[in-house]
Order: sequence, then structure tokens, then C-alpha cells
Amino acid sequence: MTALTGTGLPVELPRARSGRWYRQPALVAGLMVTGAIVAMAIAAPLLASDNPTAQNLGATLQGPGAHHLLGTDQLGRDTWSRLLYGARVDLRVAFIAVLFPFCIGTFLGSLAGYFGGWVDMVLMRLVDIVVAFPFYVLVIALVFVLGPGERSIYIAIAIIGWVSYARIIRGQILVAKRQEYVLAAQSGGLPTYRIIARHLLPNVISQAIVYALSVDMIQDILAIVTLGYLGLGIPPPTADWGSMIAAGQSFITTRWELSMIPGIAVVITGFGLSLIGDGLADLLRRGES
Amino acid sequence: MNAALLEVRDLQVRIATRRGVVRAVDGVSFDVPRGAALGLVGESGSGKTMTLRAVLGLLPPEARITAGQVIFDGQDLVPLSDAQLSRVRGSRVSMIFQEPMSALNPVMRVGAQIAEGPVVHLGYSRARAAERALELMRRVGIPDPERRLRAYPHEFSGGMRQRVMIAIALSCDPELILCDEPTTALDVTIQDQILRLLARLCGESGVSLVFVTHDLPVVAQICDRLAVMYGGQLVERGEASELLAAPRHPYTLGLVRSAPDFDEVRESLVPIPGSPPSLITPPPGCRFHPRCAFAEEDCQVTEPPLHLLPGGRATACLHDERCLQAAP
Repeated sequence: MTALTGTGLPVELPRARSGRWYRQPALVAGLMVTGAIVAMAIAAPLLASDNPTAQNLGATLQGPGAHHLLGTDQLGRDTWSRLLYGARVDLRVAFIAVLFPFCIGTFLGSLAGYFGGWVDMVLMRLVDIVVAFPFYVLVIALVFVLGPGERSIYIAIAIIGWVSYARIIRGQILVAKRQEYVLAAQSGGLPTYRIIARHLLPNVISQAIVYALSVDMIQDILAIVTLGYLGLGIPPPTADWGSMIAAGQSFITTRWELSMIPGIAVVITGFGLSLIGDGLADLLRRGES
Repeated sequence: MNAALLEVRDLQVRIATRRGVVRAVDGVSFDVPRGAALGLVGESGSGKTMTLRAVLGLLPPEARITAGQVIFDGQDLVPLSDAQLSRVRGSRVSMIFQEPMSALNPVMRVGAQIAEGPVVHLGYSRARAAERALELMRRVGIPDPERRLRAYPHEFSGGMRQRVMIAIALSCDPELILCDEPTTALDVTIQDQILRLLARLCGESGVSLVFVTHDLPVVAQICDRLAVMYGGQLVERGEASELLAAPRHPYTLGLVRSAPDFDEVRESLVPIPGSPPSLITPPPGCRFHPRCAFAEEDCQVTEPPLHLLPGGRATACLHDERCLQAAP
């Protein structure tokens, strides 16, 4: 994709139009949706009309109106403000929760893929065991055992989530380690950790990043919301979409929007992230062919 | 004999496959004196690449050295562990590959790839290694090296990539460079440039070379000595000029006759009939006899040993005088 000019310098020629990231409608739409949500979460103190934890027992369960944009809950807290601050908490926790399994899985997956043999056997059997149980069931059980709270969520998701990354990275490394540049690196007497970290991983990491940013992030947000709903998540009174859904449940016949609004927020966030994932995956496929 | 930098003794490499055990390298011996260039010649599947990779213990996982020694500077490399070998690889013995595209890491800047060896083996700081990379890129004739340091392999042409490979191979001042068909993937004009460059750089710094190729004109240009491989065995070795002028093995003769010559126009090129032998069940006796014009009954029974001839040459043919008479 380069050409030589008179000066002998490489110059980037315009690539095929569809190869550009901004020509991917899914990716652009996903970035816009997710970007808007992230921006709203970051700007929550500016956008919120009230303190999200301030109770006002004189104005409980109000419908949407001029003073309270989306109404109030059973303790008179402003739903719009709680929604914004809830986004802050849930997105932050989901983002951090993705990091640990990403690192652990990438590390173990590259060991399994590069060394093969018994290392691979042991690690992949471990992966099989974890995969045999549904993700949410295991996360809920682990958090239940560890006790509610942010720290338990990180630990539980790290223990279970690494397996997907380990599988992705292992498969990619199995292919990549047969490439000649790996043989060349070995013939250069480079230490194994250097070959894996500097030569193999940069060539194979992109799929794991796509997975982290879309599939895994959605999965983790859902897990966090589910835990919040079950009372195992972020402890009250901190706003969180899961506990908002749970709290609104008792008033579903009269004030159904109390549960509905945070539910819709979860759906839109998931939608935005999966669009990003689709777009990135498409872009990578094109890049390879 | 003690002066040799690399001595390969009775090397055997076996590859386990589903169809049986492939005897990829079967009792190969040769020496590389300090400062000399040895050409390892043979057709595809004759075991030359496996021999080369066995020297540094870089065989594919299914392959194994089952016998023999690889003595580098007085030390046998075969029993060494990977960790011990990594002190030899790159710093004292380096390797150049056939495909300069796939042998360079596509997502790493070439400057960083050249500088990696000095950082790892010579303990250079990053700044000093970058200077070293710059100096090497100048030596191998890459124009505008300051800017090209920061380029990626896909921004280079094939010949320039092979120059980068040579710079990497030279980065730690090795004593021996193993070249696995380094010019096969290049245009003929570029081939010539790269060969001259290699010959000049190795001559300057006294580096020894093992040069694997199936291309006789290439070998004639760069190598002092030749070893000809057929079916996993060494069939002839000796001084390059003598060996090419007067082959003492019918396979070498066949190679010489089937190669085009740049200097004199030969009447016709004579191909070698038949195809290379199976290395799972090699033919009995001499492995070349089914394709050999001089084959007699004893060739089908007796496996000919490599016997010494005057002038430091050796051949594995029972009837090598007849071959000499038929020489071009």
C-alpha cells in the first residue's frame, strides 16, 4: 500500500475505501452510541439535575415532569440523575472487570499455544472445566461466596472470564508460531519471553481486543447489572442500573418506567458495543485478505 | 581438521510422520574452515535445509537429531539445551532465510528488529543499539537509513528486505552465517546484488558461510567449497571450481548439465530423469541408481561409502572414474 516518490520515501496511497474505519457503518454507529453513553457518564455531574442519592420523601414515585425529567423512585430520588451516575459506576466496573481476564487469559493462552505439550493439556482442560458452566451462574455463585461488592465482581469475572482470551490467543499463536519470522527470532537466540511478547503477541492480539471491547464488555455489564438486581452488586445507596431495576420491580403495575428506563439503558449500551465489535471484526477481516 | 570452525559429523535427522519415519538427513559430514564459504547443494527434499536447521537445533517439532555431532568451535551443539544454544544463536552463528517477507516481523519497525540482537546479546542500551542498526543499514546499502529505521517491512522491496535480513544476521558480529536459499525468492538482477554484498561483507569481516541452494550459478559465484546432497546423504564434496569442472558423482554431473551457464552457451540443458527418492523407504544400494546413466548391478546392492579422492575431494559413487570420463 505504499509507493516510492522521487525522494525514495514511502508514501501512503489512499487505501480501498471500504478499508477505512469510518467507512464501516456498523463501527461508526457503534462508536456514536457508545461514545454518547460514555460522554453522558463522564459529564454526569453537569447533566444531572439532582444528587442521585438525595432522598425526598415528600416527592416519591412521581411521573416524568419538568422538575424531575424521568420522575422519582420510591425514596424520592431523581431517576435521571441515578441513571447517569449508574452509568458511571457500571461502565467503570465493566471496563476494569474486562482488564484482568484479558491479561490473565492472554498470558496463559500464549503459554499454551507456544509451548504446547503438557502445558497446553493442563491449561486447556482447565478451560474446558470453566466453560462447562454457564458464565452468569458461575459469576453469581462466586460473588455470593465472596460477598457482595466491587472487589468480588472483579475477582469472580477474572476467574471465569480468562478462558475466552486463553482460547482465542492460543489458537492464534498456534498459527503464528509456524511463521518464518518466529523461526528467525529463534535463530537470533532471543529469549522465549521476548519472542512471545515482542514478536508473537503484537501479531495476534487484535482479535482478543475486539472480543474484550464488544462481547466480553457486554457480558460483564450484564453480569454487573444482574448482580445488582440480585443485591450482590454495588451496595446501596450508590446508583447502579441493576439495583434500580430491582427497586422498581415492586411498582411495576403503577410506575413501570422505574424498571424500564435502566433496562433500556442496558440494551442501548449493549447494542452500541456489539456494533463496535462487528465493525472492528469486519475491518480486521478486510485487513487480512 | 582442527582449524575448522564448524564440523558436522555423521548427522542424522529423522522426522516422524503418519506415513512413516522420514530419514531426512542420513549420515552427513562436512567441515567449514574459518573464513570459508561452503555451498550445500541439492534438489528440493534432499535434506539441505534440515541439515542447516539441525546445526542450530531449530528443527520442526516432529524432527529429531538421532545421531551425529555438530561441533562449533570445539563444542558439540547437539546435546545442548535451548537455553545454552541461545548463547550461540544470533551472537556467534546467525541465519538468513529464503523469504525475506515472512522472515521479518510484519508489525515491528526494521530498526528495532536489527537492534534486537545487540540489545539481547551484547547488552547494548537502546540508544547505542539504534546507532548500531543505523551503521548496519549503511553497510548493507539501504538508502536513507535514518528514515528507513522507522519503516515497517511491508514498506520495503524484496531485495531491500533481504538486505535488512543480512543486517540482522551481521548485527552481533557472528563467526558463521547460515544462509537458507537467501536469493531464491528474488529477481535475478537483485540476486546478483545480494550475492555480491554477502560475499563482500563476509570477506571483510572474515565470517564463514554455509550457503544452501539448488542454484549452481549462485554457488559458483560465492562458495569456495561444495557439498552435494542427494536423498538425505552427502554424495560428493570438494573445492567448488574443481568439483564443477570435473564432477565425480553422476548426480553432480546431472546438476551441472541441467544448470544454465551465463558465461558460455551450452548446446542444450540436460535434465536429470526421474524424481527424488522416497526418504521413508529409500531404494537399496546407491540412492541415485534408479536415475543414474552409469548404474551397474552392484549399485543396486552396495550402499556406496563416501571415499576420499586426491585434492581433498570425496565421492559416494562406486564408478566415479566413468563419471569423470563423461564430464562436459
